[in-house]
Amino acid sequence: MAAEKSIGERLWATAIWALVTIFILNFTAMVATVVINSFGTRWFNAWLPAGFTTRWYESAWNEFQLHDVLIVTFEVVGAVVLLSGLLGVPAAYAMARRNFPGKQVVVLLFLLPLLIPPITFGIPLATVLYQAHLGGNMSGVILANLVPSVPFVVLVMIPFIEQIDPRIEAAARVFGAGTGRLFVHVVLPLLAPGILAALLLVLVRTIAMFELTFFTAGPGSQTLVVALYYAVYAAGVRAGQSIDAMAVIYMLTTLVWLLIALRFVDPTQIVTRVKREAAV
Amino acid sequence: MKENVGTLADPTPLRVRLALRDLDGVTLLALPAVLFVVALFIYPFAYGFVLSFQPKAGNWLANYTKFFSDPFLYDTIGATFRLAIPATLINVLASVPVALRVRHLQYRRLLTAILVIPITLGTVLIAEGLLIYLGPQGWFNRVLLMIGVGKIRLVHNYTGVTLSLILSGFPFTFLLTLSYLTGIDPSLEQAASTLGAKARARFVYVLLPLLAQGLAINLCLSFVQTFSVFPSAVLLGAPAGDTRVISIAAYQAAYEQYDSSMASAIAMIMGFCQLIVVVVILFGRSLAYRGAASGGKG
Repeated sequence: MAAEKSIGERLWATAIWALVTIFILNFTAMVATVVINSFGTRWFNAWLPAGFTTRWYESAWNEFQLHDVLIVTFEVVGAVVLLSGLLGVPAAYAMARRNFPGKQVVVLLFLLPLLIPPITFGIPLATVLYQAHLGGNMSGVILANLVPSVPFVVLVMIPFIEQIDPRIEAAARVFGAGTGRLFVHVVLPLLAPGILAALLLVLVRTIAMFELTFFTAGPGSQTLVVALYYAVYAAGVRAGQSIDAMAVIYMLTTLVWLLIALRFVDPTQIVTRVKREAAV
Repeated sequence: MKENVGTLADPTPLRVRLALRDLDGVTLLALPAVLFVVALFIYPFAYGFVLSFQPKAGNWLANYTKFFSDPFLYDTIGATFRLAIPATLINVLASVPVALRVRHLQYRRLLTAILVIPITLGTVLIAEGLLIYLGPQGWFNRVLLMIGVGKIRLVHNYTGVTLSLILSGFPFTFLLTLSYLTGIDPSLEQAASTLGAKARARFVYVLLPLLAQGLAINLCLSFVQTFSVFPSAVLLGAPAGDTRVISIAAYQAAYEQYDSSMASAIAMIMGFCQLIVVVVILFGRSLAYRGAASGGKG
């Protein structure tokens, strides 16, 4: 485009980069504060703590029963990932391959749980789950977390499936494969990268999903993020450093999976792809 | 032979006729997911709506009259709007120039990856981090002190919650704006450039009209998210003071007073407020340009 840039344009560009830098700098500093505090002995009126120790991790592990909390977290997340895949992928396949009457309504049905924030539908949902004696335990937490996860898998998978040439499936049909065998032997292997990406994103989202878990969890079914909330809420009872040690453990569990997920998906691609499909 | 009217006029079996309308075994694969969403999303919502008109005491509108006559309750709407509107506008407006710069960047993927991290960590962790970082002993205030501004109270008030909404909300609005912007055909902008349009004119007359749809959706999503702020308003704000948002009132009704009818009523009011704003934004959008962003023979 235009080769020369006026002073105004350069100033504008600099201002924008400054804005981005300030944002990232502050965010990094915030994360660093948490990490440093979790290793610090005593941090008062200084740039850095007086000394460093790892004993807060031990005390956090014992005080917050992190062993049990982590097991609950992984059980909940594992169940949500598995069930949302089982429900979501076949639905996405049907949505991608068939133009049945009322499809627009079904798309809207899957969009709503993602557009409406969990706080708004979480309270009525928790009421219903408690009435069905599913609240306050693990099955309630899993069911509540599935509500946004199933539509998420469906909507992420539709463009992936549309990319696969339907002639491959037609060929399998010609050779006598039924819907079940077609799915297991032809569609699933081709979709593996897409399913992996969608399920990794569900995993990351479920670890960080606070509201729905908070509303439905009982004493024995808290996930890590809810336990962290209660710890911060009751700050003062425990040492701040051991809360931060727990926060670091939480960050590690989410970020590891995020980094794996980012190897398979470009976050900006999701919307763009859907848009291109819609435009055709 | 059979008394089926369809077979007389139309000898094709029902199975085939349904298949012609794309209703066959494959379509049925969508059924479990649809039933799940109906059972655990539509039904609870309808149930909550009905329940909100069945209060513990009083006539069918008692929950709503109680909400709108008690300033401790109805003030939460104002408090939530005061938090949500500035944070939404800052996030969406800032995302446009940044996305305009970033889209041609070589390291776009790295930058988007960095910006996804705040979304992933979630509001609870951001609230905990900001409590120390922005606190009276935190690095932010130490820097302010060093450059001679003096200490500012940034946590347990309105500012703290706004900052946390920006920190957790901006990456999301940015990624959405960037997606919409990269979906615009670059040849449209090149054509404007060839015809001599400067950067500002290209933005105002070419990109902005094409981006309007995306920005409207972005505003809606971002507003709805910030309007339902909860953990950071409790942890980082003044939950009894000026950040007593509507979600706190709903939570207290449900889990402190065990009045699920009142809690459902507040949740419905919250949903209604979000709906109003979304309708206003989309109506405002409908007054502007509509058309394809993909170029070609439009």
